[in-house]
Amino acid sequence: MQFISTSPRLANVSEPLTVRFLLLGLTLVYLLAMLVLPLGVIFVEAFRKGYETYAASLLTDDSIAAIQLTLLVAAIAVPANVVFGLAASWSIAKYDFKGKSFLITLIDLPFSVSPVVAGLIYVLMFGAQGYLGPYLQAHHIQIIFAVPGIVLATIFVTFPFVARQLIPLMQAQGSDDEEAALSLGASGLRTFFSVTLPNVRWALLYGVLLCNARAMGEFGAVSIVSGHIRGKTNTMPLHVEILYNEYNFVAAFAVASLLAFLALVTLGLKSALEWRYGGELAVSRGH
Amino acid sequence: MKTYAINARTTLKRATFIGLGLALLMGPAAQASTAKLLNVSYDPTRELYQEFDAAFAKHWKATTGEDLSVEMSHGGSGKQARSVVDGLPADVVTLALAADIDQIADLTGKLPKDWQSQFPDNSSPYTSTIVLLVRKGNPKGIKDWGDLVKPGVSVITPNPKTSGGARWNFLAAWAYGLKTFGGDEAKTREFITALFKNVPVLDTGARGSTTTFAQRNIGDVLISWENEAYLVQKEFPGAFEIVSPSISILAEPPVAVVDANAKADGVEKEAKAYLEYLYSAEGQKIIAKNFYRPRKPELADPKDIARFQKLELVTIDKEFGGWRKAQKDFFSDGGVFDQIYKNAQ
Repeated sequence: MQFISTSPRLANVSEPLTVRFLLLGLTLVYLLAMLVLPLGVIFVEAFRKGYETYAASLLTDDSIAAIQLTLLVAAIAVPANVVFGLAASWSIAKYDFKGKSFLITLIDLPFSVSPVVAGLIYVLMFGAQGYLGPYLQAHHIQIIFAVPGIVLATIFVTFPFVARQLIPLMQAQGSDDEEAALSLGASGLRTFFSVTLPNVRWALLYGVLLCNARAMGEFGAVSIVSGHIRGKTNTMPLHVEILYNEYNFVAAFAVASLLAFLALVTLGLKSALEWRYGGELAVSRGH
Repeated sequence: MKTYAINARTTLKRATFIGLGLALLMGPAAQASTAKLLNVSYDPTRELYQEFDAAFAKHWKATTGEDLSVEMSHGGSGKQARSVVDGLPADVVTLALAADIDQIADLTGKLPKDWQSQFPDNSSPYTSTIVLLVRKGNPKGIKDWGDLVKPGVSVITPNPKTSGGARWNFLAAWAYGLKTFGGDEAKTREFITALFKNVPVLDTGARGSTTTFAQRNIGDVLISWENEAYLVQKEFPGAFEIVSPSISILAEPPVAVVDANAKADGVEKEAKAYLEYLYSAEGQKIIAKNFYRPRKPELADPKDIARFQKLELVTIDKEFGGWRKAQKDFFSDGGVFDQIYKNAQ
């Protein structure tokens, strides 16, 4: 699809045909070796002992618990980041204030911080030896090595995704539509739901998609705060590692295949969005 | 299951609040009737405790009528201890070495400093030792520790900073060095430095190293727990051989109740009975079956006992002055391991 959309340009480039084919070939071989083959291996390994073993290894209590936990964490982290992303992009795009670019940089922080550090931040904050540890212990509140810690770590690593999609689009759109709505007597809330939200819905969906994929797939930060209690604080990526370390390769790849499948669905939806609403998304992708 | 995932995804937004509510409601309700113990353990004990936990739950139900389930967490011993220090609510810890439980006692006060006298045999219901695992036919001709420093031999061992097994590995090799060079510490240090020059990758836990060696086919020899080596032979029949070195170390992986946590969870009785059951006839049988050396071999299946080779074993107390001292001398920041690893790089 990328190739089709850029093909008119290809006709005008000056490189000889051989160079073009060489570059294209190199790209394809690289993609095949680095991405498609490993992805294929996951499914081959998962179904190595047949469909029944595949299904059975996914239906163990620990696997189901891991899938449930992953869905639960995504179901909290994604909506939280949608709200945050809308609020952040709204204030950045529609208002002028000092330190705006600093705020944008701050939103990008999780992209540049290693997930391990993200996990350790929460251990330092909420761990028994951490700043809030004594208070939390006195009140029997368990944050790290429990679901709240996993949710916090996931929110941290995924929070730029929605905001990053919305900010450039909202900035490009400006606030003319909103001003028109307000001058016609619409309330602030009405303006938001009838004007702003429809204007950004595809970019928002795109952000949600990426945010969700990362939320379900995050390993590093979650690994630090999980405590790895089987059937309790293991998300799917952590469960894959545990199964692999127990020589349970079929089950490990079976759970991995769900994650790979999720990635493929995300990729498919992403491409569909780009194809259908490319123009609207171009602003945010070009950023 | 795939459809489950798709459905869950597409209805996610609509079902978010309903699902969240249900999950929160159902989670605690289902757990209320069963007593739960959290056992935080080290890497290679997965199979042992899988079998032992089921046996104990059955025993506990039969003797008290109470339902009990044991939750497990596994990882490198040092890392696991760190997690308990940071608040992982372990009711019992079953770690690779005493120093890690000492850390928990020292830093949190959640168990008494004399925890090691709470159960028989230094609170170690099973022992193990360190052996060498090589590929089929022993292509590099490895017979003893001395062969590990030869050029072109690639050695796999985990990181002593995070792995208890790795610390036993390190001290076993050190004991060989002291014996070979007549107690000359400088020469022993040179020997260990040469050994670590041959280590291409340090995993965080023993199980990570085992998969690096056995599954990813990296390295010529794995320095490994004896139990782990036997387990690999079982999982990959015919692919590996165990080489018993001329000298090794008696590894005593200890167990302890983390009193403050067990009290907070209301499972003090269960936690104590759980660890005591490791010393019972059934416990010792399961221990030997899973390739650990039981403290009372007479209780275990003689067939299982016959698999263990006789080795010259040094002890941590006699050779290294106990774990507190060994931990400080060798594995603390700037200790012997840090100096050696810097030189080996």
